[in-house]
Amino acid sequence: MSAASTTLERTRPAHVSPRLTAATAGRVLRQLRHDHRTIAMMLVLPSVLLGLLYLLWKDLPTIPGQPSIFDRVGLTMLGIFPFVVMFLVTSIAMLRERTSGTLERLLTTPLARLDLLLGYGLAFGLAAALQALVTVGIATTVYGLEVAGSITLVVLIAVADAVLGVALGLLASAFARTEFQAVQFMPVIVLPQFFLCGLLVPVDQMAGWLQAISNVLPLTYAVEALQEVGRSAAATGTMWTDIGIVAGAALLALALAAATLRRRTS
Amino acid sequence: MEAAVTVSGLVVDRGRRRVLHGLSFAVPPGQVTGLLGPSGSGKTTLMRALVGVQRVRSGEVTVLGAPAGTPALRARVGYVTQAPSVYDDLSVRENARYFAALYGMSAREADAAIADVGLSDHAGQLVGDLSGGQRGRASLACALVGCPEVLVLDEPTVGLDPVLRVELWGRFHALAEAGTTLIISSHVMDEAGRCDRLLLLRDGELLADSTPAQLRTDGRSQDLEEAFLNLVRAREEVAA
Repeated sequence: MSAASTTLERTRPAHVSPRLTAATAGRVLRQLRHDHRTIAMMLVLPSVLLGLLYLLWKDLPTIPGQPSIFDRVGLTMLGIFPFVVMFLVTSIAMLRERTSGTLERLLTTPLARLDLLLGYGLAFGLAAALQALVTVGIATTVYGLEVAGSITLVVLIAVADAVLGVALGLLASAFARTEFQAVQFMPVIVLPQFFLCGLLVPVDQMAGWLQAISNVLPLTYAVEALQEVGRSAAATGTMWTDIGIVAGAALLALALAAATLRRRTS
Repeated sequence: MEAAVTVSGLVVDRGRRRVLHGLSFAVPPGQVTGLLGPSGSGKTTLMRALVGVQRVRSGEVTVLGAPAGTPALRARVGYVTQAPSVYDDLSVRENARYFAALYGMSAREADAAIADVGLSDHAGQLVGDLSGGQRGRASLACALVGCPEVLVLDEPTVGLDPVLRVELWGRFHALAEAGTTLIISSHVMDEAGRCDRLLLLRDGELLADSTPAQLRTDGRSQDLEEAFLNLVRAREEVAA
């Protein structure tokens, strides 16, 4: 039967359904709503950390004609926070689905695997939008972060980063059997991208082989997009290309996550 | 009448160990079929194969005329795992409504399923705050809500008080009378008497495919546990 049914499953996959995706996103958000401390941390923590950076550089002299260090780093962090937070939250959430048996149960229902993953992406994407609104609001008013371009674009890029984090978190969780492993995928997947994204050293000043690696890591494009918004008042073509690349990488990771999510296990 | 579930030559390996050794049987529709056997006999593996989440080595599992686990079957087959598989951080009602949505059912049907398992008074409570037995019933409600034609229940009455157990068995028989095919596993033989048909599993082999009455005759005892033991001994003597 295995051969027959697997072929059938492959040729006739359960269709992705917007209704089931939305139901799943709603369920994930309701789970979040019951967890007040997580919501509070999600909304407040990035602003507090950004405040720490603000105080760190507040009294340092700035080079005339150049953006201050805080403007450059603070803006970049607006994209990095949601990426890191959503990566961690998602990989733990997915691992919980696996260990609690709810994943196996969901796989016996009409829910398609991609519905489940898109549901997570949608739910945490919305949470990230809220987080970005709070953080960007506080950064520009309280900390005086200066952004040449539109604030809406900053939020949009933050959401794209969050969805990328969700997608990579879902993919990573397929390879984690325990919580210990899941947590350690954070340094494996997040830190190299952070080191090479162009924040610590501009990409064009890196050694050639490091540039090559940086160029295939999606976070690099997210950071470049934010720097574009920081520099120019009007939305640039480079920025849109960057956002497209980040979104494409997120979709690719979601598709890979769906492919690695096995319905039949031993 | 055509069988609701047909299994032929089912072999399952987990790791290097063979868990099911070529099982063949048929489950009639609209009845309660008990899957009895000691812990480790392969009951859960067999149930996982019926709902299509178990990787199988060889053999065929057909449910309602289609290979187990095919997309078209997923709305028609309900599965309740042994450990309650519901979201601890959601209320009973939120859990039931989510699974209702997955099966294309409404909030009204979700509330009805909660009432069916006797949890109406706890509908607003987080599942994580419930007792073990209540959690199991919440899990059951999330399968009932889909009004499945085939309901696969892995030890649904473990840890329940006797009154509630009798109530649930009444519920199972009412479902069967309405046409649902139920396959219920248990490791306690006193539940075997409540089933219409029995499948006795031991070490991954089918020891008997029978009815309680037939088992009492074959095992030469009115006590089903004793009859089961007699069957096991008789088989071992033949083997020796």
